[in-house]
Amino acid sequence: MSIGVIDREIVRLGLLTLVSATVLAFAVAFATAIGDYTISLGTVSLAIGNGLGLTAAELPPIEESVVWDLRLSRALVAAFAGAGLALCGAILQALLRNPLAEPFVLGISAGASTGAVCVIILGIGAGSLTLSAGAFAGAFAAFGVVALLSNGATSGPNHTILAGVAASQLFNALTSYIVTTSGNAEQARNVMFWLLGSFGGARWPDVQLLAVVVPLGLVLCVTMARALDAFTFGDEDAAALGVSVGRIRLTLFAVTAVMTATIVSMVGAIGFVGLVVPHAARYLVGPMHMRLLPACAVIGAIFMVTADIVSRVIVAQQTVPIGVVTALVGVPFFAIILYRARPQT
Amino acid sequence: MSVVAHNLSWGVKRKTIVSDVSLTVGPGETLGLIGPNGSGKSSLLRLLAGLRRPASGRVEINEQDIAQVPRKALSRQVAFVQQSAETDTNVAVADVVRLGRTPHRSALSGWSEADETAVRGALARVDMTSRSAQAWQTLSGGERQRVHIARALAQVPQVMFLDEPTNHLDIHHQIEILRMVRDLDLTSVIALHDLNLAAMFCDRIVVLQEGSVCACGTPQAVLTRDILHDVFRVTAQIEGSADAGRPHIRYSAG
Repeated sequence: MSIGVIDREIVRLGLLTLVSATVLAFAVAFATAIGDYTISLGTVSLAIGNGLGLTAAELPPIEESVVWDLRLSRALVAAFAGAGLALCGAILQALLRNPLAEPFVLGISAGASTGAVCVIILGIGAGSLTLSAGAFAGAFAAFGVVALLSNGATSGPNHTILAGVAASQLFNALTSYIVTTSGNAEQARNVMFWLLGSFGGARWPDVQLLAVVVPLGLVLCVTMARALDAFTFGDEDAAALGVSVGRIRLTLFAVTAVMTATIVSMVGAIGFVGLVVPHAARYLVGPMHMRLLPACAVIGAIFMVTADIVSRVIVAQQTVPIGVVTALVGVPFFAIILYRARPQT
Repeated sequence: MSVVAHNLSWGVKRKTIVSDVSLTVGPGETLGLIGPNGSGKSSLLRLLAGLRRPASGRVEINEQDIAQVPRKALSRQVAFVQQSAETDTNVAVADVVRLGRTPHRSALSGWSEADETAVRGALARVDMTSRSAQAWQTLSGGERQRVHIARALAQVPQVMFLDEPTNHLDIHHQIEILRMVRDLDLTSVIALHDLNLAAMFCDRIVVLQEGSVCACGTPQAVLTRDILHDVFRVTAQIEGSADAGRPHIRYSAG
């Protein structure tokens, strides 16, 4: 590769970054403008300017508050959650060498639900322990079970996937048991809503936490992108290429577990983003992780913000659970993957 | 670069798979590893390549104990070609060969001139240059194996270990691949099933039986009627060929 080619690569990378940042910024702006009470993009940008202390425009206080306190934080949480889930999906698909792997394959969503249900219905630690903290604890309990069942994730991809399935079944059963034996109709509805995911409760502290966890996760994963590529032909091959398989795998599992658990504990188990986006990204930028991981983060963010807009406008005066929207888009895509992954004859 | 094994033993649970194996491979030599199914060829090869840690004993490559060499540094000297490694990922031939540069690159370093030279050279060596943009899934078995070898060559190793590289290939490709490996200017250890191919292409042969070395030497010294009978449980005629020191085995149908 000549120097000219490398230069062109850098130019292309710069252009891609610029384009994706612009699209993402527009998506977030639209998400902030659109809703039951539509606000003009001009007002949105001024309100954001005010919030950042860049401008001091006179705006109706209600509009300013809706933009800054409600919709912008919500859009940013959606963006970070989408980015994080898509990233985790790409990592797990590579590590487990399975095109159907997704962030919840290690039982994390099931564990989070159990933790959340314990707080909502059983009232364990209510008051001192918030719903998010309960979900986070549950997610990590499930991850712990998976790690234990798969010998610290050292015994091969299929073993880990089976351990994840077992843990998911266990925690889903626990959730159902608690809901059916202890819950009333209202609580069951709350749990249902939480399980399908919602950005309704997203506020600035959530944005702050995600703004640390997700970018940090992305940077960590990108530094291990080369090692992930080496897993293309399996663990032994990666080892023969100089990768410390056990260490890399455990580190990446831990990073994805922390990211997923943080996201799930805030916004619920939003399915399909982690499954669908990596495949779309692979189609656009190829399978090598140095490009794939950042692409997943960007596409995931844009996809989730857009899905959130759809979830708010598709039925008037009502917000459809975000998981329903992502799944409605995700299922047809899933079908295409299945169709394309059929055995070659 | 030489490879020396001292009293290697390894097993799973209570079953010993490799027991007290010592051997020496000289610089530039092609060593064949033969033995019946389950005799420990693949396991021994992985121990030699440092992919498994022996329960006891040690391996020295270039007079250095490989247990003391970091994983990444080791894979700059040693390449390992598995038998028919597969992937579902939609990768191009060039991507696969570029993976061979992994041990030479740091986490975020760019693609260097040396990387490109190594990849081009490796593709040319296995005659796949014109196919470098082709998708992995569209290659035949023989082509895949050649790409795997190109990837190993892109590591620019001094020692290469190959686990039955000719499995599932037709006879033309079997001979082609072994000839290529023999002609490479590096030390290689090849696990093989076909005794005639081993006789044709290896400088020396090690015969494994139940995890132990039961014979070691030139093809002519090792491939005797007695060993074929005792180890492989076949009756055969050994014919010396015009090619000095390269016996030819003719199995009898019984």
